Amino acid sequence: MHEYILSLVVWVPILAGVLVLATGSDRHASLARWIALAGSLAGLAVAIPLYSDFDTSTSAMQFVEKTPWIPALHVFYHLGVDGISMPLVLLNSFTTVLVVIAGWQVIQDRVAQYMAAFLIMSGLINGAFAALDGILFYVFFEGMLIPLYLIVGVWGGPNRVYAAFKFFLYTLAGSLLMLVSFIYLYFQSGGSFDIQTWHGTPLGMTAQTLMFLAFLLAFGVKVPMWPVHTWLPDAHVEAPTGGSVVLAAITLKVGAYGFLRFILPIVPDASEQLAWLVITLSLIAVAYIGLVALVQSDMKKLIAYSSIAHMGFVTLGFFLFNPLGVEGGLVQMISHGFVSAALFLCIGVMYDRLHSRQIKDYGGLVNKMPVFAAFFMLFAMANAGLPATSGFVGEFMVIMAAAEVNFWYAFVAATTLIFGAAYTLWMYKRVVFGNVANPHVEDMSDLNAREWLLMAVLAICVLGMGLYPKPFTDVMHVSVVDLLAHVAQSKLP
Amino acid sequence: MDMQTLYLIVPLAPLFGAIVAGLFGKLIGRAGAHVVTIAGVAVSFIASVFVFQDVLAGHTFNGTVYTWMVLGDLSFEVGFLIDSLTVMMMLVVTFVSLMVHVYTIGYMHDDPGYQRFFSYISLFTFAMLMLVMSNNFLQLFFGWEAVGLVSYLLIGFWYQKESAIYANLKAFLVNRVGDFGFILGIGLVLAYFGSLDYATVFAKAPALANESITIWGDSAWNLMTVIGILLFIGAMGKSAQFPLHVWLPDSMEGPTPISALIHAATMVTAGIFMVARMSPLYELSDVALSFIMVIGAITALFMGFLGIVQNDIKRVVAYSTLSQLGYMTVALGASAYSVAVFHLMTHAFFKALLFLAAGSVIIAMHHNQDIRTMGGLKKYMPITWITALIGSLALIGTPFLSGFYSKETIIEAVKLSHLPVADIAYWAVLIGVFVTAFYSFRMYFLVFHGKERFHNAHHHGGDGHGQDDHGHHGGIPHETPWVVTGPLLLLALPSLAIGYMTIEPMLHGDFFRNAIYVSDRHPVMVELNQHFQGAMAYALHAFVTVPFWLAAAGVGLSAYFYLLRPDIPAAIQKRFAFLHAMLVNKYWFDELYSLVFAKGARLLGGGLWRGGDQATIDGAVNGLARQVNRIAGLLKSFQSGYIYHYAFAMLIGVFVLVSWFARLN
Repeated sequence: MHEYILSLVVWVPILAGVLVLATGSDRHASLARWIALAGSLAGLAVAIPLYSDFDTSTSAMQFVEKTPWIPALHVFYHLGVDGISMPLVLLNSFTTVLVVIAGWQVIQDRVAQYMAAFLIMSGLINGAFAALDGILFYVFFEGMLIPLYLIVGVWGGPNRVYAAFKFFLYTLAGSLLMLVSFIYLYFQSGGSFDIQTWHGTPLGMTAQTLMFLAFLLAFGVKVPMWPVHTWLPDAHVEAPTGGSVVLAAITLKVGAYGFLRFILPIVPDASEQLAWLVITLSLIAVAYIGLVALVQSDMKKLIAYSSIAHMGFVTLGFFLFNPLGVEGGLVQMISHGFVSAALFLCIGVMYDRLHSRQIKDYGGLVNKMPVFAAFFMLFAMANAGLPATSGFVGEFMVIMAAAEVNFWYAFVAATTLIFGAAYTLWMYKRVVFGNVANPHVEDMSDLNAREWLLMAVLAICVLGMGLYPKPFTDVMHVSVVDLLAHVAQSKLP
Repeated sequence: MDMQTLYLIVPLAPLFGAIVAGLFGKLIGRAGAHVVTIAGVAVSFIASVFVFQDVLAGHTFNGTVYTWMVLGDLSFEVGFLIDSLTVMMMLVVTFVSLMVHVYTIGYMHDDPGYQRFFSYISLFTFAMLMLVMSNNFLQLFFGWEAVGLVSYLLIGFWYQKESAIYANLKAFLVNRVGDFGFILGIGLVLAYFGSLDYATVFAKAPALANESITIWGDSAWNLMTVIGILLFIGAMGKSAQFPLHVWLPDSMEGPTPISALIHAATMVTAGIFMVARMSPLYELSDVALSFIMVIGAITALFMGFLGIVQNDIKRVVAYSTLSQLGYMTVALGASAYSVAVFHLMTHAFFKALLFLAAGSVIIAMHHNQDIRTMGGLKKYMPITWITALIGSLALIGTPFLSGFYSKETIIEAVKLSHLPVADIAYWAVLIGVFVTAFYSFRMYFLVFHGKERFHNAHHHGGDGHGQDDHGHHGGIPHETPWVVTGPLLLLALPSLAIGYMTIEPMLHGDFFRNAIYVSDRHPVMVELNQHFQGAMAYALHAFVTVPFWLAAAGVGLSAYFYLLRPDIPAAIQKRFAFLHAMLVNKYWFDELYSLVFAKGARLLGGGLWRGGDQATIDGAVNGLARQVNRIAGLLKSFQSGYIYHYAFAMLIGVFVLVSWFARLN
């Protein structure tokens, strides 16, 4: 059974997606929805053994599958997860279920294609997290862009084509450089695309530095890091709610994951030498983007900028080179998955009723939607990093880790306590508190059962992780310690 | 039942009440909500009494409840440290909270958010208890932020009121500025001590006393000084010390019961408690202690001045709270931690009493809060009157009353302190005595004595719920119901007697022996002990000391001004218009902060967004795209469709490649 779990995790959603596509036009929309729901639940169900049967005492890859794919080039269909990738696979499978439910009534146009795009993307992303072969990873990594591109381009807002192009070109530019690096590594490692082999391949400083920069661009665009971040707010603004949820909760994580799977272990010497660069960019993301978020008038843009600031913590944590920082970054990735998904869903709930994302069009929502206001408050507080919510855990760990390395890193990082609270709660105040602002708000109704379910599930995740993060770090710890031991060893020939 | 279970019951009983009232408020109704939350807090109070007896019997506890997170040998836990300091805080918090819960039945009687309110104040009680019972910095920060959250929710309880939702955002953000320092302090603790557990940190502290860190360039700072000041910045936020005091007066936008519970008796004293708890760290840095003393002295005196010109009954009490928090802070700076905590306790009782009495007046005045339109309420509201008088007398330090013992000792401690800044601080707290007496009795006389000015007063609706005016607006004011006066009477008892009863064990006995550490280099408490000859003698001696006569002068002057010659203060106000404007505008701190921080941050954010993201980054990217387009246009001309063009291009390509390979070989 164990030998097929990862294949199931990758292919069940994809096959379900194909099945959904087969229902055809919107005459069978209802059938498409139910198949999509069943497919996403099946995708989550097959992923659960990854957690329940996971061995937390080893850093070795688990649930490994390996069969030749393109024997001529030594390309393998090689899957496996460790404590770093396993939680991300689960997060992705979980988010897919939410997205299917979130699009249930909202999407009325080309339902089958919409649902299929998310399911297929989910499988591809799982593939990217689980791939242990460079080419396989590249295929999944690029392949997941296509459904996302379609989601933004087809179901998006008025400016969707510009946003989709910007997004596509940005990410493509980076990944081409990554492919060049892969080919170089293939030759250096004596003809192997095996990622774990690459981890042991000796590399000179110049090669490491060049590859570091190539990878940094490839993954930094996805994260996204300052200054290659400007595609994200545009993409979010145009994307439908489900697209924003996956974009924020999952797609960004693929970029951050690349730092741990590729950059740190493959070019450790360059990573240490250029850590200052990543740390500087991350700190700029925290402080600069925090201020930029403050002045946004579009709620989606605001949360998009907030995502960039929060992802700054992830990359900062990774390059502090201590377990607290790296695990803090990982915890932050998962927490951000919950919190950003929840916030984009909240904005979706409002948008479905009033068809505006502008803060000024709202006001006094609490009078008409008290239940929604309570959930929104919880997620806003989680976004502001309040203790006992998941948002606190990662930020806290990274700030603690930063204080150990350099007081000023911690100093700049900790400004998020002020900025994060300022932009989130100021938005909340203008949207939710006060008197009913206009007749449109007067007509708004509180959460329906479907929305309530989504909010409640995410609320449990946010609070559960905030009150008891131990299960998450327990899973990661051994793998992270092993990774850091690896990074500490020079690969210079 | 073993003690560990009892410890758990103390915070969890209010949490249970909060959850039930919060999630099932509609189901259980109004009565259900107050029954379940009051029962929760009552259980918590009774359990605290048992824990108190256990601690008196000499038992302390330091242990883990559950492990929050483990990374190798680094472990983060949720746990309890139960000692004399903790248990005193537990008693104060649960008792005042219980009184406020009961009082709320009357005060919020007609409010549509009744269940929500009870849920919040019970949640607050839980958070505050977790804060004081913590045995580590992480949980301290949990409680610290959680009380901040509930404070935010409660200040903005009347969410339709623009001033309330402005005040709660302001409170949260100013507190976050403090927490910014606080979390950096915690970060340095973890970095240098390798643990966040109090016991481990305190045990290692002496070994690190001379450790220094470089913060900027080559300048070396003493580690304890840096940690001490950073942690204290957190306390400055929470305990509203200058210059982070600006949120507390505005927090009066919240309903009065929470002003009593959160913004007077408990939450705002968390900073004082924290510094006392950290005494093993603070004792290692005279610089940090001096910093604390200066901040406390400034707060004690200058916030007191502001109380003189306030006309809103709650704001007068709020400024007196700021000033009293300054007194506690000064005591901390003087290494008289136990005195600070003692004042924290007495203050909790008499200040909660004053706030609740103010609330009782506000009910009778139909939510008008302007003291200029009150007067002569003594005969209509005898219980409120007598309890408010007791509270005011305790506040100004009348001998034998609770506030006397704590405040008098603070003044003496500052006098005995050897810190270089102690002289200035001494004058500040001494003048503060006069100021406190003056503004306290100004309010007291204007409200309870003199002419009845409320007959012509128009309805202000100052306290928010405009929808209720108790149905008899404009009638004769009358005493409030027993759920309001009962708590007043129960709080009046400790306001009268708790100081007399407890000064000996708490300050001069060994009650805090194991909880508070004072270095031999700061012998203030030892010297105080030498002079102390019992609570009775101490009070009698007071009649020949300066503070007593200063307080008496303050009362006398306010009686003269506001009962006999109201024309004099009016004339002074005219004569010193600038001074008056300065006080009314609170030294213009709000304007300054609003301009520099609120507007400044938005300006900077807008600049970075338009100048950085849009003009520079997107400009470059779009420019690049245009260039690509142009080059693509050029390249397009190569795709001419003529075979010979392609053949020619191929030839050049082959030539270049071959020569490159040739060079390689």
